[in-house]
Amino acid sequence: MSDRLLVEARGLTKTYPARNGTPPFHAVKGIDFELARGEAFGFLGPNGAGKSSTMRMLAAISPVSSGSLSVLGLDPAGDGPEIRARIGVVPQDDCLDRELTVRENLYVYGRYFGLKKQMINERIVGLLAFAQLEEKADAQVEMLSGGMRRRLTIARSLINEPEILLLDEPTTGLDPQARHVLWERLYRLKHDGVTLIITTHYMDEAEQLCDRLVVMDGGKIVAVGSPRELIETNITREVLELRFPVNAHAQIGERIRDAALGERTEVLPDRVAVYADDGEEALAQVHAMSLEPITALVRRATLEDVFLKLTGRSLID
Amino acid sequence: MYRRTWRATIVISVVNPVLFLLGIGVGLGHIVGHGHSSLLHGVSYSAFFAPGLLAASAMQTGWIEGGFRVASAAGWIGAYRSAATTPLEPREILAGHLLFMLFRLVTSSAAFVVVMAVFGVASGWWVLAALPAAVLTGLAFAAPVASWAVTLSSPRQLQPFFRFVLMPMYLFSGTFFALHQLPVALRAIAYALPLSEGVALCRSLALGTASLFEVAWRSAYLLVFIVGGVAVARVTYPRRLHP
Ligand SMILES: Nc1ncnc2c1ncn2[C@@H]1O[C@H](COP(=O)(O)OP(=O)(O)O)[C@@H](O)[C@H]1O
Ligand SMILES: [Mg+2]
Repeated sequence: MSDRLLVEARGLTKTYPARNGTPPFHAVKGIDFELARGEAFGFLGPNGAGKSSTMRMLAAISPVSSGSLSVLGLDPAGDGPEIRARIGVVPQDDCLDRELTVRENLYVYGRYFGLKKQMINERIVGLLAFAQLEEKADAQVEMLSGGMRRRLTIARSLINEPEILLLDEPTTGLDPQARHVLWERLYRLKHDGVTLIITTHYMDEAEQLCDRLVVMDGGKIVAVGSPRELIETNITREVLELRFPVNAHAQIGERIRDAALGERTEVLPDRVAVYADDGEEALAQVHAMSLEPITALVRRATLEDVFLKLTGRSLID
Repeated sequence: MYRRTWRATIVISVVNPVLFLLGIGVGLGHIVGHGHSSLLHGVSYSAFFAPGLLAASAMQTGWIEGGFRVASAAGWIGAYRSAATTPLEPREILAGHLLFMLFRLVTSSAAFVVVMAVFGVASGWWVLAALPAAVLTGLAFAAPVASWAVTLSSPRQLQPFFRFVLMPMYLFSGTFFALHQLPVALRAIAYALPLSEGVALCRSLALGTASLFEVAWRSAYLLVFIVGGVAVARVTYPRRLHP
C-alpha cells in the first residue's frame, strides 16, 4: 500500500450473524475503494444501503467479515485502539450524555482518549468556538437544539485532533438553516487539511461536500467518481420534468417515452422526466406533440438522477 | 469518569433504608418479635432484620446499576456507543462500568451501615464486617445482570425478570424471616438462592456470630456468580459494542 493512501478496502464484506431465527444478513457485499489524504470522500445511498456498516468497519468498531481493510496503514482487527486514537467518529445518532453539560461531554470524551486534563481544557476552548457553542458551554445537552447537538458531536469527535473524520449522515433530521451552518463548519475542517469521510442520502450534501464519492445500493457500490464525473458519464446535462393531470399521467407518459425525446424518458409516479442535453428543445418537441403539461421545468441533472438511473429508485422514498 | 447528578442517588441510598428500617423493622418487629425471638437466633427483630435488608438493598442497587443503567447505556442513551469510538476496548468499558458499580455499592451500603449504627440496630463494630459482604452480594447480581442487560435493546425487557425472579427472591431469602421457619420443601430452594447467601453472610457478620468456614464458603458462593457474570460479559460486551 502506498503511504499516500489513508484507507484501502478490497472485497470488504459485512455479514451480521443469524439471530433468533433471522438468517445471516449481508449488509456490505464485497466493496473496493481507496482514499487519499486530504480528500473529502462520500458514500451516497438510500437507507439500508450499508453505509453505516461500512463506516463502523472503517472506525474499527465492527469486525470485518471478509476481504481486506487498511486504515492509516493499520489493520482494524489487531490495531483497533490505535486506529481509534487517530480518527474521529460522528455516529449516526449523537450518543451525547444529555444529563451533562456541553463542556462536560467534551471533557469526559477526552478522558476516554487518555488525554491530560489540562490539554483537554485547552482544546475545549477552541472546540467550543469551532462549534459556535461558547455561550452554551455550561448548558445541559438536553437544552440544545438538534443542530447544536450535531455541532457538539462534531466538536467532540475532534478532541483527539484526528487525521480522518468519519461523519455518518451528519445533517439528517436538521432544518435547512442548521444544515448550511454545519456544511460551512465541515468546509473549514476540510480547508484545515482533515480528511473527511461522509455518508449521506442527500444528493445535494454529497455534491456540496465530496470531492469523490461512491454510490451504494443493497450493500454494493454501483458507481464511483467525482459528483461531476458521475453526472457526465451516467446522465445527460439537463432534465425536463413534466407534470400532467393525474388521470392522464400514465398514458401521456407512455406517448412521450415512445416518441423517444432526448436520451431517455422515466415515467415516475408523480412526474415524467425526459433526460436530454438540451431540455428546452425537448420541451418544444413535447409542445409539438400538442401536449399541455400542467408544469414544465428544465433543470440541470443531479446525483439523484444518477442514482435513479443506476438503481431505478429514488434516494429518499 | 462518571460524573452524574448525585442528589437523587443520595436520597435513594440514605432515605430509603431509614424509611424501611423504621417502617418494617419497628412495625413488623412489634407484631412478630414478641415470643418468637428464639426463632430469630435470639435477637431482636430489628437486629435480625437490618443486616438482611442491607443485603437485599445491595441486591437492588446491583440490579439497578447492572440492569437498567447497562441496558440504557447500551441502548438509547448510547454511552457505550460513544465510548466504543474511543481507544477503549469493550472489555475496558466493561471494567470501567463494573468499577463504577462497585463504587455505587460501597457508598450505598456504607450509608446503610451508618443508618444501622445511628438507629442502634448494629451490635458494635461487627456491623462494619457486613459492609464488604453487602458489596459482594450486590456484585453477585450486578455482574451477571450486566452481562445480560448489555444485549437488550430496551431496559423494559428487564421487567419480567424483576417480577418473576427478583421479587420472589427478595421475599424468600430470609430478609424478613428466618429460613428455617419455611416449610421443608421450600427451604432447600430458598437456601440455594444467591440472595440467601448474601443475607446470611451479612447477618452472621453483623451479629458477630460468623465462623470462618461459613464466611469463606458463602463468599465463595457469591464469587462464583461474580466471576461467571464477568466471564459472560466479556463475550456479550464486545458482541454488542462492536457489532
Ligand atoms: N447490528 C446489526 N445486526 C443485524 N443487521 C444489521 C445491523 N446493523 C445493520 N443491519 C442491517 O444491515 C443493513 C444495512 O444497514 P446500515 O449499514 O445501517 O445501512 P445505512 O447506513 O446505509 O442505512 C440494514 O438492512 C440493517 O437492517
Ligand atoms: Mg446509516
